[in-house]
Amino acid sequence: MKRVSIQPQDFDVAAELAALEALGGGGVASFTGIVRGEGGLIALELEHYPAMTQAQVDRIVDDALARWPLLGVSVIHRFGRLEPGARIVFVGTASRHRTAALESCAFLIDWLKSHAPFWKKEHFDAGAPRWVDARAEDAAKAQGWGL
Amino acid sequence: MLNIVYFAWVREGVGRDGEQVERPAPDATVADLVAMLAARGGGYAQVLGDPVKLRAAIDQRFVPLDTVIGAAGEVALFPPVTGG
Repeated sequence: MKRVSIQPQDFDVAAELAALEALGGGGVASFTGIVRGEGGLIALELEHYPAMTQAQVDRIVDDALARWPLLGVSVIHRFGRLEPGARIVFVGTASRHRTAALESCAFLIDWLKSHAPFWKKEHFDAGAPRWVDARAEDAAKAQGWGL
Repeated sequence: MLNIVYFAWVREGVGRDGEQVERPAPDATVADLVAMLAARGGGYAQVLGDPVKLRAAIDQRFVPLDTVIGAAGEVALFPPVTGG
């Protein structure tokens, strides 16, 4: 099973996990990214490159399927305006082996941080909005996977 | 003609999300295109004047800025990505 969705709307984590569990592999790993409301943040605005995003995420999911013995992969990434507490991203992997499920899940989220064409802008209750700077730590994590 | 698209603070700085320009010389790189656009001055100079801060894609694939544009249809210019 391979599911990639780039969408503005929220998603149902329980339903996504249930679909992966139903594959019968015995192991499901997942990561859900949520907007943090620190420092007076009132919203995160996610912009992306529509012509590129889906194809780019498809390629890396295929890469994960080639590297690990997986029964299923789901990647959901939202765009648009998101408020603190809102889900931004979901990665779920199913396998017969816990190592494969956990490693591929970490690989996919590390990759999304540094190689998916998304940009975050922070809006605050006071002061001007600000584009988030890329973090060297995220690039280093992706390099650790040979990306 | 060559299609250019802009994202995030590059888009805001140039004041548009894309445009068409005369196709540059056959051996022109993305960096050459960036220098040509920055020479327009104003917002273009502000956001494209320091290429170290920029990333690019040619036909929806990430490329280094020294990549030759060649027969590509679309060049995208943007800051380092911050998804996930």
